Amino acid sequence: MELALDILPQVLVDGLVLGFMYALIALGYTMVYGVLEFINFAHSEIFVLGAFVGVEILLLLESAGSLATLHPVFVLLLVIGSGMLLSGLAAVTLERVAYRPLMGSPRLVALISAIGASFFLQDALRLFESLWRNTFYLSYPTLDVLDRTVPLGFNVVVPVKSLLVIFTALLTLFALYLFVNRTRMGTAIRAVAQDPDTASLMGIPVNRVIALTFFVGGAMGGLAGVLFGLHYSLVNPYSGFVPGLKAFTAAVLGGIGNIPGAMLGGMVLGMLEAFAGSYLSILTDGAFGAEYKDVFAFVVLILILVLRPKGLLGEKVREEGA
Amino acid sequence: MRVGLAHLGVVGYIAASFALVCAFPQSVVAFLLFESSLLAIYYAPVNRRLKFYLGAIVLLVLLPLLGWMNGYYLEIAIQVGIFVALALGLNIVVGFVGLLNLGFVAFYAIGAYLWAIFGSPQANQFIPGNLFPLSSYWFFPFLLLSIGIGALTGTLLGLPVLRLRGDYLAVVSLGFAEVVRALVNNLDKPINITNGPKGITPIAKPPLFFQPWLEFFGLNVNPASLYPFYFYFLVLLIVILIVVVTQRLEESRIGRAWKAIREDEIAAAAMGIPVVRMKLLGFAVGASFASAIGVLFAAKQVFINPESFTFMESIGVLAMVILGGMGSIPGAILGATGVTVLNLQLLKGVSLWLNSVRQSGMVLSIPLLGDFSVSQIPAQFEPAKYERMVFGLILILMMMFRPQGILPPRQKRGP
Repeated sequence: MELALDILPQVLVDGLVLGFMYALIALGYTMVYGVLEFINFAHSEIFVLGAFVGVEILLLLESAGSLATLHPVFVLLLVIGSGMLLSGLAAVTLERVAYRPLMGSPRLVALISAIGASFFLQDALRLFESLWRNTFYLSYPTLDVLDRTVPLGFNVVVPVKSLLVIFTALLTLFALYLFVNRTRMGTAIRAVAQDPDTASLMGIPVNRVIALTFFVGGAMGGLAGVLFGLHYSLVNPYSGFVPGLKAFTAAVLGGIGNIPGAMLGGMVLGMLEAFAGSYLSILTDGAFGAEYKDVFAFVVLILILVLRPKGLLGEKVREEGA
Repeated sequence: MRVGLAHLGVVGYIAASFALVCAFPQSVVAFLLFESSLLAIYYAPVNRRLKFYLGAIVLLVLLPLLGWMNGYYLEIAIQVGIFVALALGLNIVVGFVGLLNLGFVAFYAIGAYLWAIFGSPQANQFIPGNLFPLSSYWFFPFLLLSIGIGALTGTLLGLPVLRLRGDYLAVVSLGFAEVVRALVNNLDKPINITNGPKGITPIAKPPLFFQPWLEFFGLNVNPASLYPFYFYFLVLLIVILIVVVTQRLEESRIGRAWKAIREDEIAAAAMGIPVVRMKLLGFAVGASFASAIGVLFAAKQVFINPESFTFMESIGVLAMVILGGMGSIPGAILGATGVTVLNLQLLKGVSLWLNSVRQSGMVLSIPLLGDFSVSQIPAQFEPAKYERMVFGLILILMMMFRPQGILPPRQKRGP
């Protein structure tokens, strides 16, 4: 039991980091599902794109020799800002090219196109990096600030990079909450999610609102990607698949279409996973270890769908046929 | 004039492409031309009986003959057959019932591991008594058993999720496949059931029960050269069985119920179709095909590990069904053949060609851009490794320009 208590603070921090990461990615799934009733399967690639934008900028700065001279806060703002911007633009382009021409056809058609887009983007990124750097397994250059640790008392030491993830995510989620609930554009998004036809009659440009939703969701995904890279440092074109799947689980867990639900779902899933990863082997005497933490997320998904298909906070989607 | 131009054309095409492969046994193009002779038979305006005989000649006589000359062709034919079976199974779920199953490979893995564990010494790890490997005669009972196990797991997975909105099913089935893969990967402890990432080998092959008859006719063939032909005919037999079963199902009450559900679930329910039960049935039938062909795959490969059952495989099979045309049996066959051949022959061929070009160190002069030495093409650029891009493009382009597929199902008129 000694050991179990000793690692508890670490597990909590890991869980928070994972939870915020999942929450950020899950927002992209849930917002798009809210307005279009469609699983944006390629969202995991938007997330990876953010991670790659981050690593490319850092590597370029490093090779220019300015990584050490520039102020770290400026570097982080630059990386996060451009990751969000490019991912958001990529999501909008994706919507324009691969999804909008298919709106109005059966739902299966758009979903299959999204799966195709996901696969295509993975290899497109791989092709680009292979031609550009001759490898597609990239690692983030180290930033000295991030590797420092902050003591929090009670023998708890937290690395700065975990704090960065937690605070950036909190700030962004708060801003998103204000955006969706207090601005005219946010109201338009909610109106389209409730009923696109009526929203259109009220003078809301539905297509532009959909593009805006993709942009905001994509930017959240891109932010998650950059934070993922800064925290775990290794990225490759395929590293979005599993986090994407889990973030979707988080969105369903919280209730799909429900923005606070996605945040809650991400947090619950991240905590569950961190606890399963650390305590499963202690509880079962080493018979089942951390390798089952991925299984855990999917078992949770199946259980929710059986026991509470509407998710923890209830889903916010239109009724069939409305 | 009873022998029309069409007859002459088809027979001539088959003969010409066969001769071409005989003349150039290493040529990919010649073999592709020969493979498309089946397509020519399908499209030719001749009567059904002649099509049947021509198809039988190509599949039963000419292809084995080519395989005898170049064993690689037989290997390709076997792989194509395996994927055709998988595509036909997925076609029932996606094409007939209209449910998107992204974890189809899980059932294939279940079948493969079923035979792998008991057809190799692996089962001794957790069942005492040194009874394993089972003798090769158990192969056929296991083939039957796998149908039942596949149907059972399909039902168990379908039960909780089929009541939900359709697109949840896609993600849940994907998650299920990942769970199966994670289990297979990690169940080497605490009890060693699957031997983890190291995989299982040697897996027993099916029995050569006909060898006494061959010897009776004075044919003394060594088993090593006999197995490829044996597997070829076994795959062919299974594929034909699956085609017949699928066709009978499609034209039955069940098939009509499936299509009614696909077109409009609410209307189907109003007509008295037990929607959930019919969906479960479709799920179970597709899963049982996949797991049966999995048993054969394990026996053919002799060695299997979790790497053969990734999400990629599921998407590959989906791309085959989409390319050929959802809900169309000839479409699924064409899609599976096309994608497998593309993967095994065309992309690899381009990769090899690029490699040889790279080594030649040729210099291209492109106007405006200056000289470009081909040896500068990075070694990372290998088309054979970009199958995801190919599958992705197939899915997107088909959805945009021809969602019904290359060979869409024919609409049958009612009586």
